[in-house]
Amino acid sequence: MSEVLINVDHIVKRYDNNTVLNDLSLQVHKGEVLVVVGPSGCGKSTLLRTMNGLEPIQDGQITYRDKKVDAKNKDITEIRQKVGMVFQSYELFPHMSILDNITLSPILVQKKERKEAEKEAEDLLRRVGLIDKKDAYPRQLSGGQKQRVAIVRALAMHPEVLLFDEVTAALDPEMVREVLDVILELAKQGSTMVIVTHEMNFAKAVADRVIFLDKGNIVEEGSPFDFFEDPKTERAKKFLQTFTFDKVDKGAGI
Amino acid sequence: MQEYLPLFTKAMWLTLRIGWMGILLSIVIGLVTALIRHFNVPVLKQITGIYIELFRNTPLLVQLFFMYYGLPRLGVSISAEACGVLGLALLGGAYMAEVFRSGLESIEPIQSESALSLGMNHAQVMRHIILPQAVSTSVPAFIANIIFLLKETSVFSAISLMDLMFTAKDLIGLYYKTIESLTLLVIFYLIILLPVSIIGSIIERRMRYAGFGA
Amino acid sequence: MPDLGLEVLFKGINMQRLLEGLWVSMRISLISVAISMVLGLLLGALMTRKNPVIKVLTRIYLEIVRVMPQMVLLFIAFFGATRVLGIDIDAEAASIFVFSFWGTAEMGDLVRSALISIPKHQYESGAALGLTERQVYYHIVIPQTVRRLIPNSINLITRMIKTTSLVMMIGVVEVLKVGQQIIEANRSSSPNAAFGIYLTVFVLYFIACWPISMLAKFLERKWN
Repeated sequence: MSEVLINVDHIVKRYDNNTVLNDLSLQVHKGEVLVVVGPSGCGKSTLLRTMNGLEPIQDGQITYRDKKVDAKNKDITEIRQKVGMVFQSYELFPHMSILDNITLSPILVQKKERKEAEKEAEDLLRRVGLIDKKDAYPRQLSGGQKQRVAIVRALAMHPEVLLFDEVTAALDPEMVREVLDVILELAKQGSTMVIVTHEMNFAKAVADRVIFLDKGNIVEEGSPFDFFEDPKTERAKKFLQTFTFDKVDKGAGI
Repeated sequence: MQEYLPLFTKAMWLTLRIGWMGILLSIVIGLVTALIRHFNVPVLKQITGIYIELFRNTPLLVQLFFMYYGLPRLGVSISAEACGVLGLALLGGAYMAEVFRSGLESIEPIQSESALSLGMNHAQVMRHIILPQAVSTSVPAFIANIIFLLKETSVFSAISLMDLMFTAKDLIGLYYKTIESLTLLVIFYLIILLPVSIIGSIIERRMRYAGFGA
Repeated sequence: MPDLGLEVLFKGINMQRLLEGLWVSMRISLISVAISMVLGLLLGALMTRKNPVIKVLTRIYLEIVRVMPQMVLLFIAFFGATRVLGIDIDAEAASIFVFSFWGTAEMGDLVRSALISIPKHQYESGAALGLTERQVYYHIVIPQTVRRLIPNSINLITRMIKTTSLVMMIGVVEVLKVGQQIIEANRSSSPNAAFGIYLTVFVLYFIACWPISMLAKFLERKWN
């Protein structure tokens, strides 16, 4: 298999006495799309945040290309430039135009020329169909548009890995598709991505590998086909059943 | 009435000078205090906490009496004008600190996290993401505070500063020019405060229309 | 240890006199608060009306209170009444009048913003449950309004108490004035009384206001 970009090595994450991630290990390989699913509260969002150094861990370690991911380390800003993240709530900067949202970090952190950064931002906006919004402010955009901008903003840093934290969970149903299409497009280009999602059909389509997380640890891992069509564990079966509905048997009563 | 105009004009300049100097200083004190409290600086956080409670829960007049008449008894003499500036600055600082702090707190941590995830360092996040948003959400309370502090200047006459109240009281007491004094008093305070009130409303309205919203 | 001039407090009935002075301040503020609360509720409800005349009048009233120092209002009420109108108004009554005039405006504005802060769908969902308009107000709107209102109105009380320190400037004998008198009377025997007495007054005001501020903060945190 190709080289390992992110290595999560026996990490433990606790809030007070509550263990959220319990001795969890996984690797993210270059070029793969790793989808993490699991019931709410299973720790999947926390896992993603630790990979970006946004959550301190109590034990174990996470490395990106052999560099330790730790908010206290000096090279954390360099790591974060290489490991981008997109949030459920978009988190665009409300006081800046769309273009400024995208170019701020390339100019500030990567010391790019404004012209160059803007040209690149415009190219990316064109690819997601939002070039006409470049001078608008976040509040003027729909949720789906905001999320597409957030993805572009992360892409503008040329990250090697992208982390997606339930990026469609806050969206109206009709806007989910436009965001997922952008991610599918990235997958086709061979981007390395870790995706936390509740959209099972999307997970099936986009994943190279699926990880099922429950109670802070990996319960099952496999190809999307194996996981969705033939889950091995009881817990995974039960979880997947919550996404299907049986035909209503009228007359049976409540 | 015209004969008293120069007296009132002179008094107004005194009020404006002391008032705005005190306000500027209060902004500095408030900002420093708010940052200390926001970043949980040990020891200083406790000290600023006591400072804020003390000055928010006592009247400026009593603070001034203590500084101007009380402290000299222990050998600390401060001129009336310096007392006025200092008193206003300390009082205002305690109020401004709360304004700035709640501005800082109004920015969700995840906003900073998203900036961090783009590779910015903490100073860049503060400068480009948190402060601009915190300042603009603080604007209404900030303007209200400036108006409040300008109004508080009206107690300066109690430490024998010849401000507008002093002048008015003098004319009423010595010459029985009650109507003239009261009229001029109102006019001159309107000159001091109306522009701030109007400009403040305009800024507030602008901020609201430019409103951020997520 | 320098002479802090605190011994003068224990001479004769000086401490008692100071506390009596404090009570005068408290009395003025509590009466003014009571009047402001009642009138403020009415004003606030009035201000949510769409009537343009009411809007303009209340706007002017609020703006006057917003930009005029309470001290100026005190001067106008006291000297204006006695000297200009020839009414022999008691300084304490003038103070209560002015503080109520000011407090009503502040309270009215608080009530108005609490009322308009209840989202429209709260009324609608109440109505959708089949409640009458009166029931919607009684069970849904008023409890929520009160929760938003109480912390801010408690803060108004402390502001009122602090502002009563101004009344000495029109001759009401309250705690600060009593302090001044004690200092004057003991000028030769306790030259440092100015320090001790003003420190005491400072502390007294703090003791009066701080618990109230804490209560407001506590309720705000609990309800928001």
